[in-house]
Amino acid sequence: MTTRVSPSEFILRTPAIGPAIALVVAVVVFGLTTDTFFNVDNLSLVVQQSLVIGTLALGQTLVILTAGIDLANAAIAVLSTLLIAKLTINGTDAPIALVVGIVAAALIGAVTGGLVTGLRLPPFIVTLGLLTIVTAASRLYAQGQSFPVTDPTLGWLGTTQYLFGQIEVTYGMAVMLAMFVGLWYALTKTAWGKHVYAVGNDPEAARLSGIHVRRTVLSVYVVAGLCYGIAAWQALGRVPNADPNAFQLGNLDSITAVVIGGTSLFGGRGSVLGTLVGALIVAVLRSGLTQAGIDNLYQDVATGALVIAAVAVDRFSRGRQR
Amino acid sequence: MGRRGPALLAALAVVALAVGCTSTKSGSEESTGDGKTKIGLVTKTDSNPYFVALRDAAKAEADKNGAELVALAGKFDGDNDGQVAAIENLVQQGAKTILVTPNNSTGILGAIKKARDRGVLVIALDTETDPQDAVDATIATDNTNAGRLQGQYVKAALNGQPARSILLDGTPGSTVSEQRHAGFVEAAQPENLGTEATNGEQNKAQQATENLLQRATTVNSIYTLNEPAARGAYSALKAKGLADRVVIGSIDGSCDGVEAVKSGEIAVTVMQFPKKMAEQGVRFAVEFAKSGKKPTGFVETETAVITDKPLAGIDSEDTAWGLENCWG
Repeated sequence: MTTRVSPSEFILRTPAIGPAIALVVAVVVFGLTTDTFFNVDNLSLVVQQSLVIGTLALGQTLVILTAGIDLANAAIAVLSTLLIAKLTINGTDAPIALVVGIVAAALIGAVTGGLVTGLRLPPFIVTLGLLTIVTAASRLYAQGQSFPVTDPTLGWLGTTQYLFGQIEVTYGMAVMLAMFVGLWYALTKTAWGKHVYAVGNDPEAARLSGIHVRRTVLSVYVVAGLCYGIAAWQALGRVPNADPNAFQLGNLDSITAVVIGGTSLFGGRGSVLGTLVGALIVAVLRSGLTQAGIDNLYQDVATGALVIAAVAVDRFSRGRQR
Repeated sequence: MGRRGPALLAALAVVALAVGCTSTKSGSEESTGDGKTKIGLVTKTDSNPYFVALRDAAKAEADKNGAELVALAGKFDGDNDGQVAAIENLVQQGAKTILVTPNNSTGILGAIKKARDRGVLVIALDTETDPQDAVDATIATDNTNAGRLQGQYVKAALNGQPARSILLDGTPGSTVSEQRHAGFVEAAQPENLGTEATNGEQNKAQQATENLLQRATTVNSIYTLNEPAARGAYSALKAKGLADRVVIGSIDGSCDGVEAVKSGEIAVTVMQFPKKMAEQGVRFAVEFAKSGKKPTGFVETETAVITDKPLAGIDSEDTAWGLENCWG
């Protein structure tokens, strides 16, 4: 194949390319302007710092690919951490508590999907309502307390190992990588993945071509819920303490990662690779700007500008397409 | 140009990002001399005036001692994840001392331990960790005692009537909130007409008081965790015409809070001194950089009872003194 591909077509086909370039540029710039950014353990930390939001964002990506949005994802993960921690503290075996927490998250995902498909309610409204309900449920369940956990199973994802005696890696990174590969495969190589994209692109056309739209959307919310449950496990690995006040901005942070990663809010276009890159960009900005001695708040300014730039690129390339 | 538009736009975005980073960097380089002792400060948030006062005082003290202060913060009360990342990033950039006001007394112990394992001096400011020896030293108000002082004054002001109180707490689960509450209850022995979490916000405190007043008609005193909560409680009382018969007590010592004591909205507030916490913390950090000596244990910063109606048996200062010494 030697067909000439114009730049706009190239971006359209591989929406992760822009964010990937931005990531590389940011890493190089911070590496050159600070003494400490390129330290191996610093680079490892940047990845560790992106794990929770990154995992939430993987679920969020699936939902956004169907032209939905999930405002409740971080709240679900927080409830899940509370379930896991409180059950364990009250004497349940940690692995069982863990499974209960993750399954609970998937069940809430099923409820979300059920409301979106069964009652045909807009995902924004359904998840806004669930955000409030789940947050309240967490507070009721926690009774104003937070729950420190010491069980090694619960903190397992935060355990560090050294590759080549040098590079600090955690099991959390491995799980993130495995989830990414699994979802990438499911989205690009299976019929289910093609259905997800088709439904997000044009649900009517998808229905006419024989795709079971509602079942596909429902399954997306369940898988997303599973991701949030695993995010809860990741969160306990990072901070071994289930706190009902944690991750209040996790929903927006995960949407930020997805959007910076080039996935279109209009649905049907994007990739989990982009989301991974998006989550890393946010962590790189935070770490790099801190090490360059720049006020915390400029990180937010930079992130906000990237969100707008990313959507502008998406919009522009779509415009060209027509 | 036509079809290259999107690529150009993407490139522009990347360039803007890159240029933005390099230019701000060069700006900050001038103030960052090499060889300066680096001190990290991680507050709960950077929006609460209390932590702004604490940060500004730390910065001033660091400048005075030729040290460099890097101030970071969580994004909201309860942002353990953000505080952990802040501590990690400070360790990476070579901070010798980290001063931290933990959002949750157990939430960030892992990151603190990692920092200490690398030889970093970690001092808790304002809020204790649990256990206390998770950090090298703690510099804070004795919050139980602050609650006790509020309770003693309220009890004395009620002139022998038993206290019938509404209690307005902070964020659910916060150590500071629990300690102050316990101290008040111990000293005032109130009949509890209702406890609400207000997160220390005026709006929430007003709503909570409005709702509790629907049934708590015999109330004669209100405990508040901080002054915004006290002002919210006052608005609710005033609307019900109850402001004259209820004694409101508070804690903090912000200038707005002292003004509210002066105008009679709040009967008493227990002032704390975040600037002194910050200054002491920075001095410990400077000393550690010079001699390697680490401070230990609990260093209590004092409190002062501020009221314009002094009562027998209670040491207090008037609001004129309060306005000179308030923290912001």
